[in-house]
Amino acid sequence: MMKKREPLSDQCDWDFDLLKQYQTEIERVAKHYRLDTYTNQIEVITAEQMMDAYASVGMPIGYNHWTFGKKFIQTEQNYKRGQMGLAYEIVINSDPCIAYLMEENSMTMQALVMAHACYGHNSFFKGNYLFKSWTDASSIIDYLLFAKNYIRECEQKFGIDEVESCLDACHALMNHGVDRYKRPQKISLEEELKRQKDREEYLQSQVNTLWRTLPKNNDGIEHKKPTFPNEPQENILYFIEKNAPLLKPWQREIVRIVRKVSQYFYPQKQTQVMNEGWACFWHYTILNHLYDEGLVTDNFMMEFLHNHTNVVAQPDYNSPHYSGINPYALGFNMFIDIRRICEYPTEEDKLWFPEIAGSNWLDTLHFAMENFKDESFISQYLSPKLMRDFKLFYLHDDDQESFIEVAAIHNESGYKKVRSALSEQYNLSNIEVNIQVINAEIDGDRSLTLKYTPHQNVPLADSKDEVIKHLYSLWQFDVRLVQDDENGEQEVIAQCPERDSDLDTKKAS
Amino acid sequence: MANFIDRRLNSKNKSTVNRQRFIRRYKSQIKKSVEQAINKRGVTDVDRGENITITKKDLSEPIFHQDRGGVKDRVHPGNDRFVTGDQIKRPPQQQGQGSGQGDASDSGEGDDDFVFSISKDEYLNLLFEDLELPNLEKNQLDKLIDYKTVRSGYCAEGVASNIDIVKSLQGSIARRIAMTSSKRKKLKVLESELAVLVDDKHEHVQKINCIKDQIVILENKISKVPFIDTFDLRFRNFAKQAVPTSKAVMFCLMDVSGSMDQATKDIAKRFYILLYLFLTRTYKTIDVVYIRHHTQAKEVDEQEFFYSQETGGTIASSALDLMVKIMDERYKESEWNIYAAQASDGDNWADDSPRCKKLLTESILPKARYFSYIEITQRPHQTLWQQYQEVALSTEHFAMQHIETVEDIYPVFRELFKKNSKKAA
Repeated sequence: MMKKREPLSDQCDWDFDLLKQYQTEIERVAKHYRLDTYTNQIEVITAEQMMDAYASVGMPIGYNHWTFGKKFIQTEQNYKRGQMGLAYEIVINSDPCIAYLMEENSMTMQALVMAHACYGHNSFFKGNYLFKSWTDASSIIDYLLFAKNYIRECEQKFGIDEVESCLDACHALMNHGVDRYKRPQKISLEEELKRQKDREEYLQSQVNTLWRTLPKNNDGIEHKKPTFPNEPQENILYFIEKNAPLLKPWQREIVRIVRKVSQYFYPQKQTQVMNEGWACFWHYTILNHLYDEGLVTDNFMMEFLHNHTNVVAQPDYNSPHYSGINPYALGFNMFIDIRRICEYPTEEDKLWFPEIAGSNWLDTLHFAMENFKDESFISQYLSPKLMRDFKLFYLHDDDQESFIEVAAIHNESGYKKVRSALSEQYNLSNIEVNIQVINAEIDGDRSLTLKYTPHQNVPLADSKDEVIKHLYSLWQFDVRLVQDDENGEQEVIAQCPERDSDLDTKKAS
Repeated sequence: MANFIDRRLNSKNKSTVNRQRFIRRYKSQIKKSVEQAINKRGVTDVDRGENITITKKDLSEPIFHQDRGGVKDRVHPGNDRFVTGDQIKRPPQQQGQGSGQGDASDSGEGDDDFVFSISKDEYLNLLFEDLELPNLEKNQLDKLIDYKTVRSGYCAEGVASNIDIVKSLQGSIARRIAMTSSKRKKLKVLESELAVLVDDKHEHVQKINCIKDQIVILENKISKVPFIDTFDLRFRNFAKQAVPTSKAVMFCLMDVSGSMDQATKDIAKRFYILLYLFLTRTYKTIDVVYIRHHTQAKEVDEQEFFYSQETGGTIASSALDLMVKIMDERYKESEWNIYAAQASDGDNWADDSPRCKKLLTESILPKARYFSYIEITQRPHQTLWQQYQEVALSTEHFAMQHIETVEDIYPVFRELFKKNSKKAA
């Protein structure tokens, strides 16, 4: 019954009418595949504006800070020298979902980008559990605006230098601003504004209580001194915000802003493979669907496939272009593979994936997108066939040995090992260092102790000394970073201000 | 649903503030870089920005991250030769391990410098921060030298070539409307009367004829109003406007006698570059005149000025003489802003120094905007310095400074041109 349709123009230059025509068709197909999205806000920008967007690391509204200027200069340099092309699009997890299209793109590229960003990424933002629980798309723009204004006001009141050094310190600890195992409060602007004033005073009063120096009732019984905090805290920024003794209220608010921004990016760090894979899968599927309907021409498809292939290419380990596993390639192929397992399962698939082999592929795909992050997604869905296609092998590199061992390859005995090793590679707690606040000396010298727990004996890089200095500028009393040595004793690996060790032991005794 | 928004016309430089923050933070390093760059430029080569180099270490944004070492488990694609249990010799330098995420990736690279370019304006701003063009304020308005012809409305008289057709025709239409409107009104009344009479059942031959006559008279009167009249003509008017001249000439005077070595000349060169840069900020056209002298002065080109070697004694007044001559011939003080910078090692034939002073005070300083003298030497001052010092005491737009080494050049330049806060106080 489907009548032959007039294909949409495949001219190279786009205009807004044509964009709208394509967008309407893409949206129709996306609905057909049950992609649930936020409203799209598609903004056409120039290359220079794209560099601006780059510099602000994906925040549509950023507060002012020199590091963004540095990033802009770097991007501009690289772009002008031809060392990098700009991304075709940037999409922001907000409601409405903002997608930037670059003016230079051809019509085909604009269509690809719309399918990729406005329907792929957008539906991922709306559907994935991590984004649902960690970010609130409807309020992020408002919150960023609030943050920008707040910081500008602080600059006026307290001077650019003061604010800048506070932000520097917070940025150094930005990766330690999330409670990984606690559901966070969502950012809500109204609440933020309503509470902000009270919070300043309230927080300060809490801190004051904590650091009260009035003598306690001495009832003659020696209590075992409870340590503070009771349990180690991994959210260092939160700990600082609530407990640093000498921070001014506005500084606490800035710590909070950086923490909230970091929380906003937290899901993106853990869903790179899935997010990109999902978006690639959908631009591929949607545009092919349009082609099958006769809505786009062969010309269009050739240009599209050329770009698509470049994006999802995976260079081999010994290629000069190799720089780790390409998340676009892995994600895209995994989603394609899941669809294959559902539609045309082999005997092997039935053995490995009994619950999805032969099921409805669209249901399965949506389920996978909604309920996993990279780590669990890989350990759940990476199939032996894909491992063979990618020719994955697993290297075990122990610096105690004089050689690197090939621990497993893509064969019957190695599939599970390779898969779990790859999954671990995307486990955030293995990538990011594990540093926790273990003690704040509330009765004594107010020193702060943090503990580094190495993952597989990987030491901490030298930058730790600089970071500790930043931490010291926030805490304003001695800060120590310790690590257990072989005998289980705590060994100080960094501290600020620098001190002789014997002086240190004296203090401890 | 989707909304399309065209943001291309929005302000481009969203990052400008951040860029300025960056420059602000690294000002000291950037300034150093700018100062080094001056060495490598010709005096008049100021039309471009500059590449700034900052060592990467200074720019780091430290975070906690993992170092090399320990146990690393990695999965790689494209296995073409390995089987389980293979042992591979560790590559001598650990290669990038493709850590996927995180900022650890720069650990394998060397400390490259961070290079970026600043625009010409930023370059000059950094160079001339806090400096002020000497005497500019005082002389800017009282010496209106250049004239420019500008349009200034319309007038009723003029030459035929300046007739403005549109304006003239507008005048013509207006005049015709004004001169005929009362007649047209009467005409209309008469015509309607006529129509009434003609339509009437009764005959009014006499009345009709009378009205017809009146109508003819009125129509004749209307048609006699001329289409265009000399009264309508409008001519474009031009006026001469005085503008401050944007021309400046800069005299570079330098002693090239045997006592001036190349290092000394280089210091002088930098001083001239600075002066030139400084002038380009205010003037559109700048001529540079190079005069070098030993016992005789000669006008030369830049190359010869800085890089040819002569020997002989020193008579500084010869250069001043030549400068006066060139000023009289080519650079009238009524048209040109005259600046001069003299560099010397202080050696001068003792009897000549008073003559220098005389030339300066009588022939040069009254005409020049600014005259600066720098003495590049590590020895005690001689007669020229002493004579000039007397001049400096009595004249505001004469300045002199003493330079010992390259490092002094910039501070001295600042000293010479610094904003005159004392005057304000």
